[in-house]
Amino acid sequence: MSNFFEKSDLSRNEAEKIISDTLQKCDDGELYLENSKSESILLDDNKIKNSSYNSDLGFGFRAISGEVVAYSHSNEISKNSLKQSSENLKSTLKSVKGTYNHEIPKSNKKYYENINPIEQKSLNEKIKILNDVNNYLRSKDDNVKQVTANFLGEQKAIEIIRSGGETLSDVRPLIRFNVSVMLEKNGRKETGVYGVGGRQSYDAYLRDDNWKNVCDEALRIASVNLKSKPAPAGEMKVVLGPGWPAILIHEAIGHGLEGDFNRKKTSAFHNLMGQKVASDGVTIVDDGTIDNRRGSLTIDDEGTPTEKTVLIENGVLKNFMQDRLNARLMKTRSTGSGRRENYRHIVLPRMRNTMMLSGKHTQDEMIKAVDKGIFAVSFGGGQVDITSGKFVFNCTEAYEIVNGKIGSPIKGATLIGDGPSILKEVSMVGNDMMMDPGIGTCGKAGQGVPVGVAQPSILINKMTVGGTKL
Amino acid sequence: MVKDQEFLEKKASYCLALAKKLGATETSVIVNNSVSETVNFRNNKLDESNRSDDLGISITTYIGNKKSSISSSNLINDNLNILIEKCVETTKNTPEDEFNSLPDKDLLAKEIKDLDLYDDTHIENDQKIDYLKKLEVAASSNEKIINTESSFTQNKSNFILVNSDGFCNGYKTSSFTSSSVTVAADEKSMERDYEYSSKCFLKDLVDAEELGKLAADQTIRKLSPKKIGSEKIAIIFDKRIAKGLLSTFASAISSSAISRGTSFLKGKINHKIFSDKINVIDKPDMLKGLGSRNFDSEGVKTDTLKLVDQGILKHYLIDTYNGKKLNLKSNGRCGGTSNLYFDNGNISFKDLLNSSPKSLYITETIGHGSNIVTGDYSVGATGFLVENGEFKYPINEVTIAGNFKDMFQNIYLANDLEFKYATNSPTMMIEGMVVAGK
Repeated sequence: MSNFFEKSDLSRNEAEKIISDTLQKCDDGELYLENSKSESILLDDNKIKNSSYNSDLGFGFRAISGEVVAYSHSNEISKNSLKQSSENLKSTLKSVKGTYNHEIPKSNKKYYENINPIEQKSLNEKIKILNDVNNYLRSKDDNVKQVTANFLGEQKAIEIIRSGGETLSDVRPLIRFNVSVMLEKNGRKETGVYGVGGRQSYDAYLRDDNWKNVCDEALRIASVNLKSKPAPAGEMKVVLGPGWPAILIHEAIGHGLEGDFNRKKTSAFHNLMGQKVASDGVTIVDDGTIDNRRGSLTIDDEGTPTEKTVLIENGVLKNFMQDRLNARLMKTRSTGSGRRENYRHIVLPRMRNTMMLSGKHTQDEMIKAVDKGIFAVSFGGGQVDITSGKFVFNCTEAYEIVNGKIGSPIKGATLIGDGPSILKEVSMVGNDMMMDPGIGTCGKAGQGVPVGVAQPSILINKMTVGGTKL
Repeated sequence: MVKDQEFLEKKASYCLALAKKLGATETSVIVNNSVSETVNFRNNKLDESNRSDDLGISITTYIGNKKSSISSSNLINDNLNILIEKCVETTKNTPEDEFNSLPDKDLLAKEIKDLDLYDDTHIENDQKIDYLKKLEVAASSNEKIINTESSFTQNKSNFILVNSDGFCNGYKTSSFTSSSVTVAADEKSMERDYEYSSKCFLKDLVDAEELGKLAADQTIRKLSPKKIGSEKIAIIFDKRIAKGLLSTFASAISSSAISRGTSFLKGKINHKIFSDKINVIDKPDMLKGLGSRNFDSEGVKTDTLKLVDQGILKHYLIDTYNGKKLNLKSNGRCGGTSNLYFDNGNISFKDLLNSSPKSLYITETIGHGSNIVTGDYSVGATGFLVENGEFKYPINEVTIAGNFKDMFQNIYLANDLEFKYATNSPTMMIEGMVVAGK
């Protein structure tokens, strides 16, 4: 555990006293301390372009009264700084008369080990792998004109001190390894990107030359795109492959089921609880408890143990994702979904690993069921307008389907749909559920947090494909 | 209170000296401090207050052509000692790169102009609350508005950039930002839109009522949207979307994309890449400009550049590293553009709307559909159908797509440029794009 008070003029006891004094008569709040170390090593254009290390330390002090949140953060863990923050909070919440909610569930389960991945592999070893990646890809295909590969490693230690001195802590490892390759043939350029990661050591992903699989996949996607023709424009049937395409679930319905938007009634889902929002056979969960996954957390950033939250069960909307604030105001319990990018930000209800569970169909059946449509295998990213419910995601590998058969690859295109109705258009759910490779970052209100997604292949009856071919 | 120059300079000099002692042959250090105070309102009530005090340091050390960097928010000397030692150690173990170096000394900024970027005014939270009350009353006055979220932020920042070639400069900047996001509903739909204002000086900020009313109007007019069919159509980009196309252009001419060969504009200097009348300017010395600066993030002086002159590409955006690789001198664009804009076109907004019998006016795009390697563009879009110069009805759940190479050749601009952001464009029309809908 990180000792946040070691080199400070502020002792733990003094901090606890300021916290309890500030939060008395507030409904909730805490001091959140964070110490994170991260590294980035980047190979690009045949060279090690960047080797950098970051160490970040700070606190965020939060007081909540009714619906009002007062927050103050600083990098200086000192008596003055905490007192100044306390004054800031008190000046916002002038007349508070709540009762502090001491209740916070406990759990002994941990979903990752207390390791520092950065220290587990030497700089020279990491540089060697990046150079090997570069040489491997360039020797494998003469059309390779650019290779970018990088390691990102992080260890984040957090501590939450609540009124009365209750303390909760967690140490979170996170790594990511990414490869991007650009091909050029007959004057045409296309890229392919692939990566892996999670809350484990680098070696869990890279031993036995496993990095070659990452390279091969990036190269395969780029090669497919080199042969792609313009994508069609208009409404058609769409088959989504398993795994990473589940960012459809994340964008189309995940954000809409976050507690804050529903408490404020600005989500297109706010009045649909208990109603049918998806076809039979569609079950979606948000799970923070899968070992070593990118979106997993032992406790959330308010100290609540995470859980597997059922969002949609057999087509029916069952639960929203909640942090403590929104749970209290909506008279329900936190689902352990309170997250923040770091101590600079307030807590918001966020997704962890969002997954659609397997059904009974095969991908083959789905392709055969399509006369004219597209088969989308890989995606760049997505975005949603919570209020109108419209969402998009960008294909990075897709094919046309003609008369039940997979045809030519098509250029990257944006797909657009309507969140509350898209899941009713799902006519087949596959038996091939797969997790994503561990590369997702979700953005909300300017805060990025690591997340995961999973799904089986699915067939959607109708979506608009944003190509250029009419 | 934001930390003063003396504090920042002391920290930077300490790091410079220590790095040298530990074996770095060249070093650069940036120290910054930023203090922000935000108040948020929701539905005419206080919702959140947020104060942030951010300190940061980033250090890059060189040993010959080897380079590494560290950054931290913990500026206690004990911590800096450990980090600088680690940085120098990592530098030794990082392979050489012949293009790594500090900028050429003769390119460093010598003259520091006062660009009027700092307003000493401090606005107390109670005053922010007064502003937000007025704003939210205006935003929520129409009964179709069912939710309002508004925000007021004061930011004061200070920084210093120091390098081992003797460069040592920095200055304070301030910004005052207000915004309002409103949600409107009718029987058929629920829609969201926003308005925003950000200025260096408090007195220049848009009036609260005006901002609130604009946010509400822009939201209400989106209600009960329709989806249209797929067709080739003229697209008119509202100024707030048009500026995004200019940002994509800027990333495509960054020296890093050019030297890596990953831009569709590689090798296009002195080629005609836009339609005839298009001029693109990057002007760093605009008084009170949101993107104004005296030097780039390496300390290199920045002059005004006419990036595109009558449709012809004249400059890339060059930093030291990629400049050396391309055999070009840095033009002070490490960290990107400053105040970037398209010059005004020669027709009015009204005439632009009228110039095509049927067009799609886009007010919002979603998705990350710009590919600067191929120039392909495909995004989700929201807007209005325009017929014979009139807004007919709102449109959503469509995509618009094209390729920048063609799109840039078909740009027409209105004469309504204003400097609301750091990157700005007049209203823009592009013919021949494809909309995908039903």
